[in-house]
Amino acid sequence: MTDAAKTQVKKPLYLGSKILAALKYLFLIICCLVVLIPIAVVLIGSLKGTKELANTTVFTLPETPVFENYKTAMFAKDIILSFRNTAVIIVISCLGSIITGTMTAFVVQRFKTYFTGFVKGAFLLATLLPNISMQVTVFQIVNKLGIYNTMLAPIILYVGTDIVSIYIFMQFLSQIPVSLDESGIIDGASYPRIYFSIILPNLKPAIATVLIIKFVSIYNDFYTPQLYMQDDDLVVVSTVLYRLMNATTIQWEVVFAGIIICIIPTLIIFLSLQKYIYSGLVSGAVKE
Amino acid sequence: MTKKNRKGFLNWLKTYEGQKFVVSVLFLLVPLALLILFTFVPAVNMVGYSFQKRDQFGVNPEFVGFDNYKTIFQDPDYFITFKNSLYYLAGSFVQQALALLLASILCSKIRAKGLFKGILFFPYLMNGVAVSIIFQRFFLKGQAGLSPQGTLNSILELFGAEPRLWLDPEKPMLANFCLVFVSLWRYIGFDIIMYIGAIQSIPTDLYEASDLDGANPWQRFRYIVFPSIKPIISLQLILAVKGAISVFEIPYIITAGNYGTSTFVIKTIETAFSKKQVGLASAMAVVLLIITIIVTLVQKFFFRDGQEERIKREKKSGRGVRY
Repeated sequence: MTDAAKTQVKKPLYLGSKILAALKYLFLIICCLVVLIPIAVVLIGSLKGTKELANTTVFTLPETPVFENYKTAMFAKDIILSFRNTAVIIVISCLGSIITGTMTAFVVQRFKTYFTGFVKGAFLLATLLPNISMQVTVFQIVNKLGIYNTMLAPIILYVGTDIVSIYIFMQFLSQIPVSLDESGIIDGASYPRIYFSIILPNLKPAIATVLIIKFVSIYNDFYTPQLYMQDDDLVVVSTVLYRLMNATTIQWEVVFAGIIICIIPTLIIFLSLQKYIYSGLVSGAVKE
Repeated sequence: MTKKNRKGFLNWLKTYEGQKFVVSVLFLLVPLALLILFTFVPAVNMVGYSFQKRDQFGVNPEFVGFDNYKTIFQDPDYFITFKNSLYYLAGSFVQQALALLLASILCSKIRAKGLFKGILFFPYLMNGVAVSIIFQRFFLKGQAGLSPQGTLNSILELFGAEPRLWLDPEKPMLANFCLVFVSLWRYIGFDIIMYIGAIQSIPTDLYEASDLDGANPWQRFRYIVFPSIKPIISLQLILAVKGAISVFEIPYIITAGNYGTSTFVIKTIETAFSKKQVGLASAMAVVLLIITIIVTLVQKFFFRDGQEERIKREKKSGRGVRY
């Protein structure tokens, strides 16, 4: 069909489609405002002093932005400490998950025996178990192991119950041709060698995906640290906010500053890794 | 073991069969130990405890048969949580419809697609505690001199409406609707991204053909998009049942489960860790487990074909697998 004919087909719809396009934008903009306004209000509030916050409407911009709240939140309210703890937990859990996850996936995916079939079944069965309510009995085990109120408790739980990563690694592995392993075998490489020199490098995209998913889920997890790390110096980002909010005297402007500080790392990671986050999180939805 | 045998064994270890054995054992040792210790042992304990009257430390547990299960389904204090999950179930239907609408808009020819998509998706990445605090303030009713009107009331005031108490202890229904809204706000971005992926995997020649036939956007949605992504929509709706019964974080932080907004999981955790009735809490966890299993079986039974087809299609288009 020529271009001229194309425009002719579309012409009767022209006015209608303009209105439709306008409606589309209107709807999108309203939805985006619904997302942005609650966050913007917190940002505005975080820049006001106590009195100004109480006496102006939420939309009034601060007369002169006060950055004092950010300072208070960072230094007086343990936010720096919570970032440090969160970082430690994330780094160790990610390392642990990647090591155990790739190893499990390698054995289960490449050695098809009754035993590995059974192991795979066991891991898939575990995806059925509802996570939070399992803590009723997991708690007793953590307690018996003597790791209650240590950073080890969440770390071990994040690594040990991380079936999503194993699942992602298995999916990726099934797309890496077995002929690669076989060529390694022909060259006389042992299985551990194949795992380290062939499988691991080829799993890099999967590892990136798992890192993103783990970061987001651990950074945002509230319940595990809340339950297993009650000590004041074991706060993580989620729990420090929760404690700020439940303190006896709440300085809302400081809480707001805390919220903004806590959102910033997420925002940076989202803006820099947008593409990977979309595909990564969606492929990690196995367990949801 | 004789010397010869040992040598034979060592040699066997060097063969690929032997290596397979050693590598399997070594590589799976830690992951399997963790899986058993933190997933299967607690699961078995959970079922065992659910028939007991038991405190936190398990001192003198007493076998009570199905009493705990009876409590869950007969005590209105516990049973109300099932009712509350219906709000979230209804909410997730709205959420799916809205997500589908937004996804189809974002798949059409518009400007600043990435920006809109990014904004709508971002709440999904936000810290749950941060989201909950933001919305606690959002629904706030102001007090003169102490705090200004919350965001929602401020917006309503712009349109001349009276401010009101949203998280009202007297009106559990309203409070629940507010919490469902927060949940929708937080999670819809994920569904949008998923639907966008599904819509984009529809072959473009179908669209071109419909263009030639002069189909309008609605017809195109009704006859091309909808049939192609129907399996995903149904899957999402089934998973919504699981989601509705597992709601936890948002109501736990915003209302602490007060004002009649408690959910099944909040109640479970409260029973276990505040009331220290581990037996009853285990029974609740078992109920949740059974519901999850039923949903998963339904999902596997009805969607096996659709899912396999989709996985194949995605493999072809070189993208990751969604489920």
